[in-house]
Amino acid sequence: MTDASLRPKSSILRFVTSFGQAPLDYGRRFWLRLMVAVTFVLLYAPIATLIAFSFNDSKRNIVWKGFTLKYYAVAWNNASLVEAFYNSLAIAVMCTILSTIIGSMVALLLWRFQFPGKSAYEGFMTLPIVIPEICMGVAMLAFFARVGWPVGMPWPLNLSAITIAHVAFAFPFVAVVVRSRMAGFNRELEEASKDLGASEWQTFWNVIFPYMKPGIIAGALLAFTLSLDDFVITFFTSGPDTITFPVKVYSLVRRGVSPDINAASTALIVITVVATIFAMKLQAPEKQG
Amino acid sequence: MSKPIVSIRNITKRFPGVIAVDDVNFDIMENEFFALLGPSGCGKTTLLRMIAGFETPSEGEIVIDGQDMAMTPPNERPVNMVFQSYAVFPHMTVSQNVAYGLKVTGTPSAEIKTRVSEALEMVQLEHLGGRKPDQLSGGQRQRVALARALVKRPKVLLLDEPLSALDAKLRESMQLELAHLQQSVGITFIIVTHDQDEALSMADRIAVMHQGAVQQIAPPDGLYESPSSRFVADFIGKVNLFDGKVTGNRGKSINVDIAGLGKLSLPFDGPVPNEISLAVRPEKIRLSKQKPSGKGMMASGRVADWAYYGDTSHMYVETKNGLRISVTIQNESRDTVDSVDVGDSVWVTWRAEDTLPLTE
Repeated sequence: MTDASLRPKSSILRFVTSFGQAPLDYGRRFWLRLMVAVTFVLLYAPIATLIAFSFNDSKRNIVWKGFTLKYYAVAWNNASLVEAFYNSLAIAVMCTILSTIIGSMVALLLWRFQFPGKSAYEGFMTLPIVIPEICMGVAMLAFFARVGWPVGMPWPLNLSAITIAHVAFAFPFVAVVVRSRMAGFNRELEEASKDLGASEWQTFWNVIFPYMKPGIIAGALLAFTLSLDDFVITFFTSGPDTITFPVKVYSLVRRGVSPDINAASTALIVITVVATIFAMKLQAPEKQG
Repeated sequence: MSKPIVSIRNITKRFPGVIAVDDVNFDIMENEFFALLGPSGCGKTTLLRMIAGFETPSEGEIVIDGQDMAMTPPNERPVNMVFQSYAVFPHMTVSQNVAYGLKVTGTPSAEIKTRVSEALEMVQLEHLGGRKPDQLSGGQRQRVALARALVKRPKVLLLDEPLSALDAKLRESMQLELAHLQQSVGITFIIVTHDQDEALSMADRIAVMHQGAVQQIAPPDGLYESPSSRFVADFIGKVNLFDGKVTGNRGKSINVDIAGLGKLSLPFDGPVPNEISLAVRPEKIRLSKQKPSGKGMMASGRVADWAYYGDTSHMYVETKNGLRISVTIQNESRDTVDSVDVGDSVWVTWRAEDTLPLTE
């Protein structure tokens, strides 16, 4: 047997095989792999550096001087930073509860009912997702100034303005997530429940709500992370005694990046990433038998 | 005769732009296995959903067990339904699914336990009580839906195309099983189906629906052998339909002339029309190579087409006058298929009394 007999016989086949791999085999091509690597580095190198330098034993934080955990203690002992952290957490928790309730109700309304002007309503409801944050921030500032929103209330009521602003941009995200979850709901399940003798409320809590739940949890975690790290809108609605963590970090950074900010930021990243992973796990499509 | 359990009285249902159900009237008897049969869009499912309470009739009333159901919501009606998608609750186990209907109505938990295990035993799922629906096959999920409805001990069980999602073998065994189940529990079953085999093999009586109206209500053999209209004759099974002219009226019978086939005399009641349709089932027709002797209808022609189905073959014979007659032959021996070929000259014949006059 000669070598020639092993080659593809038809010219068409030779033409096709000359391309080497199938179109979706791009992982095997050098320049595509390089592109992926570069993108990855550009995205994550700054974050990796930030985390690494939170363990750096150097005040000026420019060159690596050795491993330490002391800046976590420094950050922890910085009263105003910790207060800002608590403010952020309190706002995020309140915002999550409120926007989850409002967003789920909006999602149910849009899923369940037909009414005149529904598509316009749906459009306006999701508008905060696309409105530039800076416009939302200015609008919120103007609103609270115009209505004369009380300031100087005891904690956590003094955070109410920021919380309201956060709910305003977070609940549409919850509504969108829950609504897309409900799109897959089989209406016959609801009818089956009623057919078996359940009332409207029993049907809601026993059949509809369990189906909504993963969407609600995913939406809630989304609202939590959005609220926790929001800077622009918060910057416009916060006062001198209602500083949140991102706003505080911004003000500290203006005087130079110190390792304690890195440490605090790392803590925030961990909280956000854990919440996001949790949300994605819950949102993953269910196995259909 | 037993008494009616469900009475449909002058029921009409209008949706914007369509009349789904058009002035329907009939009674369903106690312990009856009743089928609503028709092509898709004929209104059979809408009628079933009105009995269950998921649709409100535009006109007329539905009486179940002597009570007008107009003001009764679905959860208070003495009927239960097996849905087309089975609608088994995905987040509950098999046992929880079956127990659900008892739990929401406040049945004591000891009673729930015994009734659930009874119901699971009835559908042979007693060993799968702890499974989740996504660990079950389609047939098993359907049994769960069945047990979940039967455990409520309804007066009437409604089944919406219950077998359409199953494969052919399973469907056949479930047809038998459903018929046995209905006899053993003694509950009225109302089944909606578009599959005539399903209706013919299971039901005591069948209502054939077309464009929102009931065409005929009869037992399976009555429907097949004595259809009341061209639609029913054509919808149930296969049929040859011929146009005939009435040439004579002799009181209890008429003389009919079928163009290209000849004359025959048929028993007939009622007002006699000038033109009439005549229906003959393909399996009532005999095929022969020589001219048959004896009486009856006969015609000669050529085999134009033929389709093989294993147990039977369908032969299409074209006469000189252009009539196309379909004939079903049993493949009685292994070489039956070889005995006739396309293009062969053949004779077809059938008894005059197997010809059915249809005026509608």
